[in-house]
Amino acid sequence: MKGSPRFLFFSIILLTLVSVFINLPNLQKISLGPVKNLNIDPSSFLRTLRISKNLEFRRGLDLEGGTSITFKADMTDVSGSQKSDALNSAKTVIEKRINLFGVSEPVIQTATVNGDSRIIVELPGVTDVNQAINLIGTTAQLSFWEQGATESAKTASPSAFPLGITEILGPGAVKTSLTGNDLESSSVTFDQNTGNPQVQLVFSGKGTEKFADITKRNINKIVAIVLDDQVIEAPRVNQAILTGNAVITGGFTLDKAKLLSTELNAGALPVPLSVLEQRVIGPTLGIESLRKSFLAGVIGFLIIVVFMSILYGRLGIIASIALVIYALLVLSIFKISNLSPYGITLTLSGIAGFILSIGMAVDANILIFERIKEEKRLGKKQEESIEIGFSRAWPSIRDSNISTLITSAILYEFGTGVVKGFALVLAIGVLVSMFSAIVVTRTFLRFFYEK
Amino acid sequence: MKNKTLDVIGKKNLYFALSLIVVIPGLIALLLFGLNLSIDFTGGSRLTVSFPQKVEKTTSEKIKNILVKENLKVSTVEISGKSILIRTSPINQEQNTKFISTLSKEFKTAKETQFETIGPTIGAETTANAIKAVLLASVLIILYITWSFRKVPKPASSLRFGVSAIVALIHDVLVVVGIFAILGHFFGVEIDSLFVTALLTVIGFSVHDTIVVFDRIRENLRKSQGSFPQIVNDSILQTLDRSLNTSLTVLLVLFALLLFGGETIKWFVVALLIGVTSGTYSSIFNASPILVVWQEWSEKRKKV
Repeated sequence: MKGSPRFLFFSIILLTLVSVFINLPNLQKISLGPVKNLNIDPSSFLRTLRISKNLEFRRGLDLEGGTSITFKADMTDVSGSQKSDALNSAKTVIEKRINLFGVSEPVIQTATVNGDSRIIVELPGVTDVNQAINLIGTTAQLSFWEQGATESAKTASPSAFPLGITEILGPGAVKTSLTGNDLESSSVTFDQNTGNPQVQLVFSGKGTEKFADITKRNINKIVAIVLDDQVIEAPRVNQAILTGNAVITGGFTLDKAKLLSTELNAGALPVPLSVLEQRVIGPTLGIESLRKSFLAGVIGFLIIVVFMSILYGRLGIIASIALVIYALLVLSIFKISNLSPYGITLTLSGIAGFILSIGMAVDANILIFERIKEEKRLGKKQEESIEIGFSRAWPSIRDSNISTLITSAILYEFGTGVVKGFALVLAIGVLVSMFSAIVVTRTFLRFFYEK
Repeated sequence: MKNKTLDVIGKKNLYFALSLIVVIPGLIALLLFGLNLSIDFTGGSRLTVSFPQKVEKTTSEKIKNILVKENLKVSTVEISGKSILIRTSPINQEQNTKFISTLSKEFKTAKETQFETIGPTIGAETTANAIKAVLLASVLIILYITWSFRKVPKPASSLRFGVSAIVALIHDVLVVVGIFAILGHFFGVEIDSLFVTALLTVIGFSVHDTIVVFDRIRENLRKSQGSFPQIVNDSILQTLDRSLNTSLTVLLVLFALLLFGGETIKWFVVALLIGVTSGTYSSIFNASPILVVWQEWSEKRKKV
């Protein structure tokens, strides 16, 4: 056992240095005394490993500001076995739309609660909910309608008819097989004569064939272009179009045309969505909360250091060092987790959980130190007291921490957003605190008292 | 050494009574007034309107009138420094847009900094989940303690440790919920999903604290020959320094959070402060004495 504490001691120092490095803020071109234009960037190390992600804390909407919207997917027209497929493809469509919209780091999740299918969208930095809901929530089902072969042609029930279609195409209007899925791409162009914005459609191979067939059989007749049950344009076909190009003029404003083009490019939503819940947090409120909780954390931490040093003297100072290492390790885990798909998002309640876990980490040390004091009172030597103190305190630390882990597991399972973040942070905090109290503090004590 | 004269077990009825004095008013408030539930549970909307300067009473009245004119049910309007917090029935996006445009006409400097709408389905779910979480956590903790204390020497039984810990836990939950029923009725303090988080943390802390004392009882039962009440009292005294020091540390950190942590988490921290204080008290003065009462009670039954 002689060499072991020293080995552990230096391993811990190394681990600490790595954590310090990970937690360095990203600073560019700063000057430290004689060193000018110094760049500090922990992520540069990742780039040499060909990992393109950055080492950063992921801040929740309550700290960053932004919009969170919970949609309910209307699955009444979808058969049971296809529900999860429909939900996932809706998610994919939303992801595409948001990416085209240019929001950085959106979070899009699906959830099924009591048979309800939901999609939760978080958009950091976006505070215009109207725009967001319009972009995400519209189904963008593009369809093309033609007149029926005969007036009496039986088609779908009238309720499935887009608004006003019978006035344009007569009661026998028929939906063609050409839909938004047959599009290759769409873009915004401008009418060469009027200068008005319009949406240019380019069909895929199959779509080109379908479109050619439709225009062939409808020469001198009207074909209606329908978006989400609304006729947006009903042009008369002058000649068959074989090139697979079409233009929707529809009298758009530039923004409308851009939005439609974006939606068509992303594809249609397979199911209609309705808004269940929405939250908007202004960016100033977020920064204010972050600043305040950071301050509270630092002050709380200093209080613990002072308190421990007063109560336990030299032991307390060692415990405080272990506590600094503990905080560095937990923060490193937060940062590193964002390189994986299971990134931890820091929220206000998460920070509260972290500060609380510092308190619990101290408890383990207090348990051990009280035990050491007791053993010393019984007349044992310092070194012996330390060893006995650790081994006697262990069952208490184990049992109490396991019960906290049970609670956080249940919170994580049943909780929604805010509660989940708190639970995860608390659980990580408890696990790391056991490591810091048992391994780090013990190694330090052995290292310093053996000499 | 100064604590070594404290006789917790001998005066256990006094300490039980002290608990009841705190719990009963809360329970009465809970039955009479119920809890002041936030939109997290009931569904509805929450708006925050911020100004560059302190808000006057007349301003908040005017804003309330704007909302009432839009046919929206306003449940509370609260001034908090430079901002106004408003709770209403669910507001949809169009109504909110209309409100913002009217707001900017009437008050050029006002800004809506927060807008939340929670549908009634989500509210009902949050409630159900909160209750499920508290119950499930309690059951699992009883099971864990029963298992962890399975080798405890006679005359104690491991199930008794588990149940006593849960009684102390229920005590702490009642203290926090009861005080918040009172705060809710008289000061408009709301129960939101952060409160549920606080409650579950209190549960974790309460059991954490109780287990430390129980663990000492278990250890002393193995090596000591004294009577059961004596061993329990010794164990409480031996762990007293630790209990107080730990609680004091946690309370100091919570005070830092309360003073500097901002408005959003204020009541969350208050709930934790009450819960941690109650948790420390119950682990010393309730959980372990209950073990003794149970022990004496089962011995009496054997004699009869």
